[in-house]
Amino acid sequence: MNNARSGENKNRRTTLLLSGLVVGMFGFGFALVPLYDLFCEVTGTQSLSQRKINPADLQVVKQVESDRWVTVKFDATVNPNLPWEFQATTRSMRVHPGKTYEVNFVARNRSGDAATGQAIPSVAPWQATPYFSKLECFCFNKQTLAGNQQTDMPLRFMVSPDLPADIQSLTLSYSFMRLKASKNKTDLSELLPQIAKQSATESTLPNR
Amino acid sequence: MTTTTLNHDEAHHHDMPTGWRRWLFSTNHKDIGTLYLLFALTMLFLGGASAMLIRLELFQPGIQLLDPDLYNNLVTNHALIMIFGAVMPAAAGLANWMIPMMIGAPDMALPRMNNLSFWILPAAATMLILSFIVPFFPGGGTQINTGWTLYPPLSVQVGMSMDFLIFAIHLLGISSVLASINIIVTLLNMRAPGMTLMTMPMFCWTWLVTAFLLILVVPVLAGGVTMLLFDRHFGTSFFDAAGGGDPVLFQHLFWFFGHPEVYILLLPSIGVLSHVIPAFSRKPLFGYKSMVGAMLTVATIGMVVWAHHQYTIGMSLGAVTYFMIGTILISIPVGLMIFNFIATMWRGAMTFETPMLFAVAIVLMFTFGGLSGVMLAVVPADMQYHDSMFVVAHFHYVLMPGAVFGLFAGVFYWLPKWTGHMYDETLGKIFFWTNVIGFNITFFPQHFLGLAGMPRRIVDYNMMFTEFNVISSIGAIIFGLSHLLLLYIVIKTIRGGKKAESRAWEGAKGLEWELDSPPAFHTWTVAPQIK
Repeated sequence: MNNARSGENKNRRTTLLLSGLVVGMFGFGFALVPLYDLFCEVTGTQSLSQRKINPADLQVVKQVESDRWVTVKFDATVNPNLPWEFQATTRSMRVHPGKTYEVNFVARNRSGDAATGQAIPSVAPWQATPYFSKLECFCFNKQTLAGNQQTDMPLRFMVSPDLPADIQSLTLSYSFMRLKASKNKTDLSELLPQIAKQSATESTLPNR
Repeated sequence: MTTTTLNHDEAHHHDMPTGWRRWLFSTNHKDIGTLYLLFALTMLFLGGASAMLIRLELFQPGIQLLDPDLYNNLVTNHALIMIFGAVMPAAAGLANWMIPMMIGAPDMALPRMNNLSFWILPAAATMLILSFIVPFFPGGGTQINTGWTLYPPLSVQVGMSMDFLIFAIHLLGISSVLASINIIVTLLNMRAPGMTLMTMPMFCWTWLVTAFLLILVVPVLAGGVTMLLFDRHFGTSFFDAAGGGDPVLFQHLFWFFGHPEVYILLLPSIGVLSHVIPAFSRKPLFGYKSMVGAMLTVATIGMVVWAHHQYTIGMSLGAVTYFMIGTILISIPVGLMIFNFIATMWRGAMTFETPMLFAVAIVLMFTFGGLSGVMLAVVPADMQYHDSMFVVAHFHYVLMPGAVFGLFAGVFYWLPKWTGHMYDETLGKIFFWTNVIGFNITFFPQHFLGLAGMPRRIVDYNMMFTEFNVISSIGAIIFGLSHLLLLYIVIKTIRGGKKAESRAWEGAKGLEWELDSPPAFHTWTVAPQIK
């Protein structure tokens, strides 16, 4: 009888220890959210925005490489929260590194109400991100469209001559996000300009 | 089948429940084991039916039976039902039945929790099936077209069926965590006097490791899908890029669970093999200690190589190199297990009853799946194979032989012990051959499809893939129908057959074979002494 009792206590202790482990692992799952950001920041494992490239290493004086061609493709999407249409008028173009080009995007508000949005750029392959400079971009500022308004959104850009030789083609993709919070989402107006600014500074490194 | 034992027990337990109470309120490890196995069998047919629909649709290019969303919904449900509904409960059923009998314990350590961990499952299965059905009702939202990996942003946009699925995963997770705690406590505290950790049966070892893996990774998945739920309804942005979240984070959380899950499915079957192969080779298991070591190594490395499922997300070279080397390293301890099995068979007096046939098939076919796994582990090669039918062929070659055939082997091996009747050996062999041949016809051509560039999870395909898909679908019909024979054999054996001796197989070793076939309702009430 005594034996059985001590056995029960032992079982209880093991069960409690294991339950603690379960709770701990559940917490660990949530702890991974900040840890993941931290890990990526420290090691640069994943994030596209953490390329450690010293601006001084990049050619500041632009020299047009007129014997080299790079294909730049344009992609435009709109987050479902924003009732806009958004398109690149040029799908793709061949450019010389070091030369400045201009393309137009067209945005149209499909709804009758005014709305404010911000375009978030991203470059693929990500290795090309620091070498794609936006000299003038609608993505630097938030954009407001009145109901049913259509407008041209110009972009002036340059591909740096330092672009690694194995990259012959890159894609610039914009996602338009709504700035005013929709009903069930957090208010993005604080966050988005930061992200946009961050990616803008990265990709304009050669100019600074 | 247990009338005599029941009467015998009623002498001791006046409140011994009968009828439906016996099952609903059961705290008996044998009854709960039976419930687990019957549940798994039901789910096997449900998951199999969805696989049949998928293969029928892929019989021809174009869209014949299923619209694309329904197709992807079936793909999602096939995976979840098979993994969480069929394989894991079946392995838990074997554990419930066998572990107390193998270690000389009267029951599981926490019998009431055992009852709870089983009876959560039917509720979870109901939620899972509802998640499939709900979109067909007015206002039911869109179908779950994400695949079992539930990647955002798609999974954030799916309708309310995703919420059913998230809660189903919570319930399934709670069930398997409770079962794991129970198994670990039983194995650590309830072994018969004289049985040490290093002398306990191999099946117990595999389940000890499996249960620890479950405890470590299932809560992380639960956390991941909880974040998904918050993103969907409470305005957080864990994974929603529009709010500064990162969808790739979900992939990490998912595969942190998802990769060890592979070993959770595999290891119990390795445990079954470690009993079946020695029994029918009439030799003790070769390299017990190395087996334990290999298993612990697999489990440890398996916890830290998850991102090989995500090579294409754009990780740095250093990270993918680490994950590649880690993944390839796993093939060393797994290879060791395979060599141990072969060494056990070496110069043994082998006979080929159905469990042994399955065991030999596993050694051959699991090795094959392991080899295509090494191909997939290599980063530059994986960039090509990623999300192709090659991956589908690979994981079916590891999961069907590695997990399911192991469970079949275990069921045939212990069925005489459970029911007291020998199954029909001829039918068993017919089942084995139709099953294995059907399986290979189904999945072998999918390697070629994948290498030729056919993507997975898409309802339609290019004309050039037609021939191999036709072969694959014909194989799937053979393979699928063969399971009806399994059902027939199991029912027939439960209802009657040649009386099984307590040591049903000549070469079988272990405490469970010293009990009657079928064993009494309560066994090892007095713990056996291990010499």
